[in-house]
Amino acid sequence: MPTISVDKYKLYEALGQKFTTEEFEDLCFEYGIELDEDTENEERPIVNGEQEPPQLKIEIPANRYDMLCFEGIALNLNIFRGRIPTPNYRVVAPKDEEQYVINVLPETAQVRPLIAGAVLRNVKFTKDRYESFISLQDKLHQNLARQRTLVSIGTHDLDTVQGPFTYEALPPRDIKFVPLNQTKEMNSEELMAFYEKDKHLGRYLHIIRDSPVYPVVYDKNKIVCSLPPIINGEHSKITLNTTNVFVEVTATDATKLEIVLDMVVTMFSEYAAEPFTVEPVKIVSDHNDSTRVTPSLRPRITSVEIDYLNSCTGLSESPESLAKLLSKMAYIAKPSDKDANILEVSIPATRPDVLHQCDVMEDLAVCWGYNNLPRTEPNRSATVGGPLLINKLGDIFRTEAAMAGWSEVMPLILCSHDENFAWLNRKDDGKTAIKLANPKTLEYQIVRTSLLPGLLKTIRENKSHSLPMKIFEVADVGLKDESLERRARNERHFAAAWCGRSSGFEIVHGLLDRLLLMLRTSFITREQAGKPDGYWIEELKEDTYFHGHAAAVHLRLNGKEQRIGEFGILHPSVLENFDLRQVSHFRNLYPVSTLEINLEVFL
Amino acid sequence: MATQNTPSSGDLPTQLLQALSIQSPLVSSEAFPAVPALEIKAALDRLASRSMITYQTIDKEEVILEPEAEQIAAQGSHEARVFEVVRQALEGLTIQELETTIGDKNVANVGRGRAFKEKWIGKGKDGKLVATVDSIKDTTQALLQQLKEGKSADASAVTDLKKRKLIKVQKVLNFKLEKGEKFALEMVKEETDLTSEMLASGAWKTANFKPYNFNALGADQDAGSLHPLNKVRHEFRQIFFEMGFEEMPTNKFVETGFWNFDTLFVPQQHPARDLQDTFFIADPKVGGKPEALVEGQDPEEYWQNVKEVHQNGKYGSIGYKYPWSADESLKLVLRTHTTSISTAMLYKLAAQKGPDGRPPPARYFSIDRVFRNETVDATHLAEFHQVEGVIADYGLTLGGLMEFMELFFAKMGITNLKFKPAYNPYTEPSMEIFSYHEGLGKLVEIGNSGMFRPEMLEPMGLPKDMRVFGWGLSLERPTMIKYKISNIRELLGHKVDLSFIKRNPAVRLEKE
Repeated sequence: MPTISVDKYKLYEALGQKFTTEEFEDLCFEYGIELDEDTENEERPIVNGEQEPPQLKIEIPANRYDMLCFEGIALNLNIFRGRIPTPNYRVVAPKDEEQYVINVLPETAQVRPLIAGAVLRNVKFTKDRYESFISLQDKLHQNLARQRTLVSIGTHDLDTVQGPFTYEALPPRDIKFVPLNQTKEMNSEELMAFYEKDKHLGRYLHIIRDSPVYPVVYDKNKIVCSLPPIINGEHSKITLNTTNVFVEVTATDATKLEIVLDMVVTMFSEYAAEPFTVEPVKIVSDHNDSTRVTPSLRPRITSVEIDYLNSCTGLSESPESLAKLLSKMAYIAKPSDKDANILEVSIPATRPDVLHQCDVMEDLAVCWGYNNLPRTEPNRSATVGGPLLINKLGDIFRTEAAMAGWSEVMPLILCSHDENFAWLNRKDDGKTAIKLANPKTLEYQIVRTSLLPGLLKTIRENKSHSLPMKIFEVADVGLKDESLERRARNERHFAAAWCGRSSGFEIVHGLLDRLLLMLRTSFITREQAGKPDGYWIEELKEDTYFHGHAAAVHLRLNGKEQRIGEFGILHPSVLENFDLRQVSHFRNLYPVSTLEINLEVFL
Repeated sequence: MATQNTPSSGDLPTQLLQALSIQSPLVSSEAFPAVPALEIKAALDRLASRSMITYQTIDKEEVILEPEAEQIAAQGSHEARVFEVVRQALEGLTIQELETTIGDKNVANVGRGRAFKEKWIGKGKDGKLVATVDSIKDTTQALLQQLKEGKSADASAVTDLKKRKLIKVQKVLNFKLEKGEKFALEMVKEETDLTSEMLASGAWKTANFKPYNFNALGADQDAGSLHPLNKVRHEFRQIFFEMGFEEMPTNKFVETGFWNFDTLFVPQQHPARDLQDTFFIADPKVGGKPEALVEGQDPEEYWQNVKEVHQNGKYGSIGYKYPWSADESLKLVLRTHTTSISTAMLYKLAAQKGPDGRPPPARYFSIDRVFRNETVDATHLAEFHQVEGVIADYGLTLGGLMEFMELFFAKMGITNLKFKPAYNPYTEPSMEIFSYHEGLGKLVEIGNSGMFRPEMLEPMGLPKDMRVFGWGLSLERPTMIKYKISNIRELLGHKVDLSFIKRNPAVRLEKE
């Protein structure tokens, strides 16, 4: 969720009321934003000899792009509190239509195909407004525009450039200009090198770096306005004295392009000589059927079912009353002439988050107040509860193991490749383990295929615990399985580990016997006559274990024979690999025996 | 009086018994002045535990004479010594002669000053020191001798001596002991436990049993134990069962982007689908298109519906209007929430027919592990448990969801909930659930809830008027609050302390 910092007392002034922190918190809670911090009583930074005025840091829901600046927060809260009506945003004809054109060249399709523009006429900037304008662009770039990959904004002093403009894509070397806040002209190849190490801009370079052509916005006289999505030109820089602002927005996503442009211009059209008006720009882009005039700013009219609104919220309000309530959330609604069950709702251009009538319904609930909605009985129908069978089976193993004196642990499911294979003297056959593509650390490389790494790490981290340690876990491992939709499956395992002065081999063996006894599975020998169901063990030669002291567990269930797991004394090299030397015991190694079986077979 | 020899500590109990046989009651400091008080106490405790003696502790203040005071007690005060020397010298003494005679410059100087002050001596015609009285009374010496013998003295006089740094007062432990019920001259062998041999031989009838120490803990049980987090999980599961919820098959860590995001109406450019937040899988990399969960289901239709609703809008929604990518949808991820399973369960439900021919109402829950590509810190791990509940029914209202949440959380002793509007891509309305936390003195978020969006439900084929509540919370957070744990790594993972697991009490969520 984005957090927006606003000047506390200026906001209260805009809202026409002084609030206590608690009162403002309550207002935020009711509206669905969150007061994160009030810096009134904090140590505030001193900039140019002046202490920063108290700030309110407000968390805004990720879909409310119209509240990412001071202007939007003040506007929406004022509408919500009934102080002002929803603004009527208008697109007014420009003085000189010839100038207000961006000609798009087909090459741009190779790198960043879309552009839109608008002009804010006779805007009055103050320091606060200017900073808010920059900050809004920043927030839009970070959130909706996904770090400028989808959309980027360039704003210019219109009086320093002349239309018609062109949007082109050229080889990097052919684009030369002085970038914003620089003095030296460079071509864009040099520019990429220049900003390589820049903390702020460096992270956007990758968006176009490898493209054979870079996008560029020129004015009539070939002055570079911007090299999107990296940087604007110094020439057309906006200052506090700028009155006419040319906004160009480039994008790879058409929907987000329109949203971003709408947000930038609606929020700051408030400061135009004629508030809430914007002058349009014609985009000539025939090669991709995108010739059009931007922005539109037309509200979207949608039909909302009255019975849906009332039934979801538990209200029974008249259409008129619903319309009145909805005006608090910036909607203009009126009952339909044609259908008594329909409310015609006009959604302002500032609310692109409204996709479906459910969004209007939620806003109705907010207007009413969530905590004031009528409560209804939640039990409409009787249902029958029940556990998942593998969990029920797992719980049998868990309780039996605990009753046998073992302690349950819950290590992590992700582990390193070495922990799962090399450290256990096991080989990765490439067909078993699920491997992660983008872990942040070596600790999380794969989904474990065995519960042993977690148990051994738990022993390692409990070096000062008294011996013997007797721990177990019942949980899932993950395995590749090409036959399934998800190409993988979970498998529920039981595993236990003993660490003590003696090997504990017979003890883990005894635990196996005990657990299987509890599942009505009897101990048999493989050759036993009549082939009854039951389990038997066979000597196992695997490098995980100390030779001669390991066994595979075999099960015959309903006549079907399979190996379900193994147990044994761990090979001393495994103890070394996991660094199991006990600190409290003079860094001695103590033997560890483990047991691991698959539970799914008992389902 | 008993012996003044220093007995060895091993013999001490016997010596105490012998002393007591001669004189009872007895004061330890008088009978055994040289034995340190702590040794005496250890011996007395042994004897008292067998009821051979009883004793009382007497706190006493004891006056200790400083070396200078010891000298005064033996030889007299400085002024008295000066007086004596001066008196004996018939001709009087010069200051130099006084020093030589006394042999201690300090004594001579201090004593001279005081003797003058007491008007015992004065200066003769030739300036020599002469006695002015015939005899004096050396009260300082008398007082110190008295204190040295352990007798009490006038309080103001003692204070004066303290000021003069001649004495100091310290507390001493002293014991008054008397014969006990089972007094004897020797300690008898005591049995610590009743054994089967004693029962067989009948020795129990005559044996002396050591009294049980009722102030100590019993023997360690070396008990097995369940993990605290799983104990809390058990409580949650019980609550769900009580309320008619069926447990969902969440034993699937790997999901396609389709089930984890697309079906939930999470757009493909949503930040949650970033490499920064979600674990993608390198091997296997790509999953398959959805398969039918119930015979007769057309998963291809579902797939197309999901695509439509994102790309162009459908079911009364304008959609996100972006080119939806099948490749993105088939990428495999580690599930970031169990809602992917809830979705599959609802898709299955859509194909079921109740008595009225429509999908029947249902309640589902799960508590299982989810994965986030988080940077690990005190409150974040790459894995945690999500508690999730789903109610599907006709005619559900927001007020019903709030009422249900009140009931659900009341079972954990959490009441007076507050609901805050929130944003979540797949629920609308969305509500964050808050509860007032007494300890923190503020509202604390305890969960998230909402009604699933029609864009999520209708592509499955669920009827438009079937509404579905969903809510979720982490299992770790309430557990950490309950057990006052500030670091999640102390609760989940291999770094958890085994002693914490073993000593963790039963959960009893309804109790504070």
